[in-house]
Amino acid sequence: MSAIGASLARIEGIEKVTGAADYAYETTAEQETLYGWVVQSSIVTGRILDIGVDAVLALPGVVEVVTWRNAPHLEDTGDGELNVLQHAIISYRGQPVAVVIAETLETAREAANVLEVSYSAGESDVLMSPDHLRLYAPDKVNPAFETDSVIGEVDVALADAVTSIDHSYSTPALFNNPMEPHATTAEWQGGRLELVDSTQGSSVTAEQIGALFGIPGEAVHVRAEHVGGGFGSKGSPRPNVPLAAIAAKITGRRVKLAYTRQMMSSLAGYRTPTVSRMRLGADADGRLTAISHEAFSQTSTLFEFAEQTAEATRHMYAAPNRRTTHRLVALDVPTPRWMRAPGECPGMYALESAMDELAAAAGIDPIELRRRNEPERDPELDVPYSSRDLIGCMERGAELFGWAERDPRPAAHIDGRWAIGTGMAASTYPAMAQPSGAVVTAMPDGRYRLGINATDIGTGSRTVMRQIAADALDVEPEAIDIRIADSNLPKASVAGGSSGTASWGWAVTKACRELRISLQTGMTIPPDGITVTATTDAEIAAQEELSRHAFGAQFVEVRVDLDSGEVVVPRMVGVFAAGRIMNPRLARSQFIGAMTMGLGMALHEVGELDTVLGDYANHDFATYHIPACADVKDIRVEWLDEEDTHLSPMGGKGIGEIGIVGAAAAVANAVAHATGIRVRDLPIQPDKLIADLPARF
Amino acid sequence: MKPFEYERADDVAGAVATLERDPDAKYLAGGTNLVDLMRLRVETPSRLVDVNRLDLGGIVVEADGAVRIGAAVRNSDLAADPVIRERYPVLSRALLSAASGQLRNMASVGGNLLQRTRCVYFMDSSKPCNKREPGSGCPAIVGVSRELAILGASEHCIATHPGDMAVALTALDAIVHFETAAGPDSLPMSGFHRLPGDDPSRDTNLPPGALITSVEVPPLSFGGRSTYRKARDRRSYAFALASVAAALDVEDGIIRDLRIAVGAVSHKPWRATVAEELLRGSPATPDRFEAAIRAELDIARPTEQNAFKIPLVTRLVVGVLDELAHP
Repeated sequence: MSAIGASLARIEGIEKVTGAADYAYETTAEQETLYGWVVQSSIVTGRILDIGVDAVLALPGVVEVVTWRNAPHLEDTGDGELNVLQHAIISYRGQPVAVVIAETLETAREAANVLEVSYSAGESDVLMSPDHLRLYAPDKVNPAFETDSVIGEVDVALADAVTSIDHSYSTPALFNNPMEPHATTAEWQGGRLELVDSTQGSSVTAEQIGALFGIPGEAVHVRAEHVGGGFGSKGSPRPNVPLAAIAAKITGRRVKLAYTRQMMSSLAGYRTPTVSRMRLGADADGRLTAISHEAFSQTSTLFEFAEQTAEATRHMYAAPNRRTTHRLVALDVPTPRWMRAPGECPGMYALESAMDELAAAAGIDPIELRRRNEPERDPELDVPYSSRDLIGCMERGAELFGWAERDPRPAAHIDGRWAIGTGMAASTYPAMAQPSGAVVTAMPDGRYRLGINATDIGTGSRTVMRQIAADALDVEPEAIDIRIADSNLPKASVAGGSSGTASWGWAVTKACRELRISLQTGMTIPPDGITVTATTDAEIAAQEELSRHAFGAQFVEVRVDLDSGEVVVPRMVGVFAAGRIMNPRLARSQFIGAMTMGLGMALHEVGELDTVLGDYANHDFATYHIPACADVKDIRVEWLDEEDTHLSPMGGKGIGEIGIVGAAAAVANAVAHATGIRVRDLPIQPDKLIADLPARF
Repeated sequence: MKPFEYERADDVAGAVATLERDPDAKYLAGGTNLVDLMRLRVETPSRLVDVNRLDLGGIVVEADGAVRIGAAVRNSDLAADPVIRERYPVLSRALLSAASGQLRNMASVGGNLLQRTRCVYFMDSSKPCNKREPGSGCPAIVGVSRELAILGASEHCIATHPGDMAVALTALDAIVHFETAAGPDSLPMSGFHRLPGDDPSRDTNLPPGALITSVEVPPLSFGGRSTYRKARDRRSYAFALASVAAALDVEDGIIRDLRIAVGAVSHKPWRATVAEELLRGSPATPDRFEAAIRAELDIARPTEQNAFKIPLVTRLVVGVLDELAHP
């Protein structure tokens, strides 16, 4: 029986729920450890004039205060966020200005609190807008997509369209808030750096931190045995890693450093605010004649991050005339980075809201509108899809949800103080794979040792790698001992882009298959076993050019309180076509978790910008709202059996992100249906509805 | 966190005497707000006087029909109390709408009355705030003010009292009993919290060092016909955008008496006396409800970000009164 496809429980589940699993801040040997605490800038731009280091050094238990004056030199690796404590210039509010190192956590924190920092503040600009005077076109958008695309004559087609819409949709700054904030334990052993880090990729951390300190990546040993979530915010090192390494270097001791929840909003990366101007034109049959998606977002002055907001629009629907653009403005803000489905998530909120508005304007059912615009081939890449079953997802979702009984009229279903509505939206996410390596050893006792520098950020990838190896070796999963998340193991790609399982599993499969061939030659197994190492660079490079994407459809019911404008979501249904599902138990929790995060994006999450003080003012869980259990009622997830032979040998498309894509649009579409109010500026909080709700009395 | 002394009080007089000697000391009850604020360095008491062992519990019905609630009674216990549920459902519902189950299990009645604003500037000690640091300024007025006051604010502070329980107690005309070095004293809920004026550092009119000992809820013949509704950004564990505590006495479609208090709109729970006056003796109809609450909100001075609270409070009050008029 195949191990792939079995609902195995997480290998480390018991360790985690009993607290036995060690995270980056929980490594043992406490007596040797010092504690670092980050001191953050209270101005937006300007210079540090002085730091009252002496007063703090005089406090009992304080070991050292690191500032730009005494920090070791770091190489310029092109990411100004990582060049911490190198000069007195401040580029955003909350930027690290010092690290206080003390014998205890409490001492470090209190000393950091009383450290006096004086500044000379400059002018600042923290507000992104689609009219900003300093907008520019970046060379590429994340990670390496074309900035603009133009096919045909969009403006002519829009002018000639029978039905058209032209609206802008905006999403606010959104913050990655994994349960485990960023944390690092650092220790130098001669010229080598030992790190235990909460990272989504210990290979990339080793390389980047090595480069910063001017040492080879091999001289940096990174472990990340257990990681409490990331959502992209740990996809590359953030300032916590160089700060901890600097603190360890200057003291010659082992140092632990963690962010508080409040620090996460300025030091971990976040989803940029976005504005998408959407113009759609259709003929009398509802066939799209033109699609235009102009996207605007922000970056910092330290590092260019260009959210690929309009990328998904390039692959979703057929239309002969098409245009996508990305414009960026560099502001005095922390650098936005990846957050679950960067690009697709805000972009599909815009596209799928616009499609819903077009459906209403054309008098066509939203599912039917999408069906009529189903492309034969990828409309911009002009290559076939490896597989595409958006229609299957919509049909199955409609069946599960009861879409057929829907009355399309807006604000037509009122039940007492509740306005009830339904909406749907499509989901998509690219199926990617990156080169990785894996090592597997057959031992004389019949067991196998598998090693790969993959990371398990809570998704269950450790468990899935063992399933994949079991099938490739044709043994029971229990016969395999697996090690991951150690940079001494074969280099593997980051746990991001929904590509971990495909990338790592490909290398694991290859190594295991090669080992089986070796074993079949009948040789006896020596005491230290027979080892095979494999990498997939050649296989990844040889992939034929196809459009590889997972698709999905989400359906939402909302009840809007006519007395308050509060939105309740009694049920969500998501159906996905994402290739082969490796482990239904783990997959279900990925889909449900991402849909829940999409629900939060739709209704709750917003970084509230203070344009004077220059930061996002709500930076804790009391004021930055994510869904509570009471908000999440009934989320039903299914997937279609989809065989796609143009992917990795396992045949999966990646499932970590697609669930958040489209969820917010489905909610917004349902709210529009319930109330007749179209909210084009997330989140849909009561203030966006209250003044325009239908009268109750 | 700034280092501090800790001691456990054995009796009320001793606790009060300690704060008399050390004005920078604070009482510690459930700690659900104070300890957070200490971690954030918003509160830096010299000493914590733990009052959890004092005999301040119990919910007692007195001879005159009033209910006396000990200051140490936990929010969960008060919400579940059969007498409270029957006679003052508004109070039980207000409590249950607040915080989370875990916090309600810890939070005390006395401490809940004294919880401080959740204005994001007050909570961030790297920023100016006239309440936390008098004279440093109020960035909220031109900044993030969506959740803040529309009634009774000043040029120095637009913070709100964030609680739910106090809104219900205000509607119920409750009386707060406390002890100071000078002996026992009391304040009506209407005079307990204060408007910020030119001294937003003071949330209440409680004398310095006073220890709340109990809250007395007077009898209310129509208290059984009361409720609490709270509008918020998520379904649980969120402070109110606006809330309404109301009780209604209707006979033959005419309002004989009523109580309305509005939460999250001011530095104190806002007793809607203008609306009450207009509605007493009037038909219990939605248009009358709406006209009355509009008159109450005439003096509202919202910011751009919280102007939505005017239609929100209007709709909530009309909806709640209509619900009470048609049980």
